[in-house]
Amino acid sequence: MRFMMLMIPKGYESAPPGTMPSADAVAAMMKYNESLQKAGVLLALDGLHPPSMGARITFAGGKPQVTDGPFAEAKEVLGGYWMIQVKSKEEAIEWASRCPAADNEMIEVRQVAEMEDFPEDVKAAAEGFTDLQSKASG
Amino acid sequence: MTSATHRTIEAVWRIESARIIATVARMVRDVGIAEELAQDTLVVALQQWPASGVPENPGAWLTAAAKNRALDWLRRGRLLQSKHEELGRELAVREEIATADAVEAADAALDDGVGDDLLRLVFIACHPVLSPDARVALTLRLLGGLSTDEIARAFLVPEGTVAQRIVRAKRTLTEARVPFEAPAREELAVRLSSVLEVLYLVFNEGYSATAGQDWMRPQLCEEALRLGRVLAELMPTQPEVWGLVALMEIQASRLRARTGPSGEPILLMEQNRARWDRLLIGRGLAALARAERLGGALGPYALQAAIAACHARATTAQETDWLRILALYDALAQLSPSAVVELNRAVALTMAFGPEAGLSAVDALAAAPALKDYHLLPGVRGDLLARLGRRQEAALEFRKAASLTRNERERKLMLARAGACEAASPSQSQQD
Repeated sequence: MRFMMLMIPKGYESAPPGTMPSADAVAAMMKYNESLQKAGVLLALDGLHPPSMGARITFAGGKPQVTDGPFAEAKEVLGGYWMIQVKSKEEAIEWASRCPAADNEMIEVRQVAEMEDFPEDVKAAAEGFTDLQSKASG
Repeated sequence: MTSATHRTIEAVWRIESARIIATVARMVRDVGIAEELAQDTLVVALQQWPASGVPENPGAWLTAAAKNRALDWLRRGRLLQSKHEELGRELAVREEIATADAVEAADAALDDGVGDDLLRLVFIACHPVLSPDARVALTLRLLGGLSTDEIARAFLVPEGTVAQRIVRAKRTLTEARVPFEAPAREELAVRLSSVLEVLYLVFNEGYSATAGQDWMRPQLCEEALRLGRVLAELMPTQPEVWGLVALMEIQASRLRARTGPSGEPILLMEQNRARWDRLLIGRGLAALARAERLGGALGPYALQAAIAACHARATTAQETDWLRILALYDALAQLSPSAVVELNRAVALTMAFGPEAGLSAVDALAAAPALKDYHLLPGVRGDLLARLGRRQEAALEFRKAASLTRNERERKLMLARAGACEAASPSQSQQD
């Protein structure tokens, strides 16, 4: 099963554009990333620029409305993520616990939804099977 | 194993066990003993941690405890063997090395020496003195940290069979005095191909699992892929390791698309490509690029990966670069000639130049003894005949394919195609 390890650094919600982690923090994190890679569990990872460089799109009333960052109301924002492939939630938690994170940082571990997790009608809609079946039996 | 602590221990064990076994094996120079000593440590953790709590750094705790057990074992061995001077001296040397190791550093779990030990463990688990079954079982046990029960469920055999395989494999290694060393340069190619073969075998076992079977079977794909990625990190300059990783990543990218809602197989050209896993495709293409960058002619795994990559790069089935696939099959047929490769080459030939070109290639293969009972041969031949409008002959071939396949769903598919030909309806399907 796949898990996202979502890094949520306190204070990042109000970080000015161009905010970057320190070289020391990056070095420690690189070592950690390497350990994930060497264990064969790391699928992908990325760091995100602060919200002050982003935008939010809301859909009230079915109309997309764009608000540029930073977002005054945001209490927690993402700083980056890892996607890992592990055998259990406990294993994901164990990996997250090994992260050399700072005092202000928090990691949220969330399982990636797989097709098997969905009910049949959702599966069929997602996979476009109605279309496919006609081809397969042709 | 239901309490939260037990589940945590399982997770830590999953992460650490191979490294612990590898480290202990370097000390005691016997993989079987190393595994037992590591297991003993796990048992202690299972007994103590639920009451005492999980230590702050559980991986380091387990490693240190296992090393201590190894030291005890070496001392005991020296006492018992003191009459046999030579052995005694040997053990003394081992103990000296081991003590030095243990003192070295508390965070030895992270140092690069462990990588070397891990690599030695990989080569020993896949050692040619072992039968293929034993290699697979030992690899999953020592490197995957899988229990005998999990291995048994994955391979649809009784647990006792797997347990016996592992016991015998360990005994064989001890009796053959297989040293705890990575292969010498001149042996490397052969030994590495044995390792890659084991990983690909595990992968394919998982890949062939059908819907409704024990979830441990598809799990084998993930485990083989994980071990492949681990191996690529340990041997980053070996192009075939990257080739195998690329092949497995790209094949795994199609896992979700290759069966229909009731578990029926969907052939490659008919799969919904939107269901292919882009993340794994990206990883596979990157691994293939690593193999290519290392230079030299591509090996069999990298060539197969390159073929899989042609499909992965095509947004629609119609955009498939069949000429390139054909060239890659030509190279593969030269490198590792087999009737199966020839058959696939014939399919590529068909896709590139039409069914007539394919049919003459397939007919040339029909006499190959290796393909006498191979259900895909009449399957492909039937498909080509159907495309050429020779439906009666096609139906006969499909029926023959149905009688040869051991896969129930495939049998149904072949019978359905035979029926369709007999009803003289045009066929659009193609073989993978």
